[in-house]
Amino acid sequence: MAKIIIPTPLRKFTDNQSSFQATSGNVGEALNELTTAYPGVKGHLFDDNGQVRQFIKVFVGEDDVKDLDNNATLVESGTVISIVPAIAGGSC
Amino acid sequence: MTELILTEDARKVIIKDAESAYPHECCGFFYGSDDDKRTVTEAIPVVNTKEENRERRFEISAIDYMKAEQYADENGLTLLGVYHSHPEHAAIPSEHDLRQALPYFSYIVVSVKKAKTAAVLSWKLNDQGRFEQETVINQNNPFDVDVFLSSFNQ
Repeated sequence: MAKIIIPTPLRKFTDNQSSFQATSGNVGEALNELTTAYPGVKGHLFDDNGQVRQFIKVFVGEDDVKDLDNNATLVESGTVISIVPAIAGGSC
Repeated sequence: MTELILTEDARKVIIKDAESAYPHECCGFFYGSDDDKRTVTEAIPVVNTKEENRERRFEISAIDYMKAEQYADENGLTLLGVYHSHPEHAAIPSEHDLRQALPYFSYIVVSVKKAKTAAVLSWKLNDQGRFEQETVINQNNPFDVDVFLSSFNQ
């Protein structure tokens, strides 16, 4: 089972749960499992094309899945998947 | 208008970071509780990883974000939001701030003029995705000797 860490701003869509246990074999399936369990997360995680939103990164351990095998990145028992919102801004 | 209680310890950390980073933007996370009243008890600076234009831009690494969530979890705190500074600009969120703003979080913005703090304001997205100002309530530490003594000089 992989553990998905839910970022604080999305926890109002997960009944305030900070993590979710997924049984799927890869990252994409695990995220779909999460959005099936908590449909309110879907619009904040995926864009209209079903891709992870521009300002969201998905990490397996400390590795961005873009540097691995994206959604096809395999997960196994004990894998930690983090949904990480990009934090940036500035005065002008 | 929602309220954000900012304890003196957290406020000091944020102001010190904003002034020492000047003329660049600083950034960090703040933590606390969000029960009846949203109360910030702790602020922790992180590195502004923006490589260019740091006088008007900030960016926090994904690793630092993950560490912030982990820190909150391990210490029984809630990650309440992000602070950053606006050197020589008002403490009002910009379009850049809005573009990547998240629901739920409070965003504390510090205006710094000539290396001194000019204003500390907090903002939060409303249901329409626009920033609304929060009322910042400064809370003195219960046993802060300086505050205690200064009360006799007023």
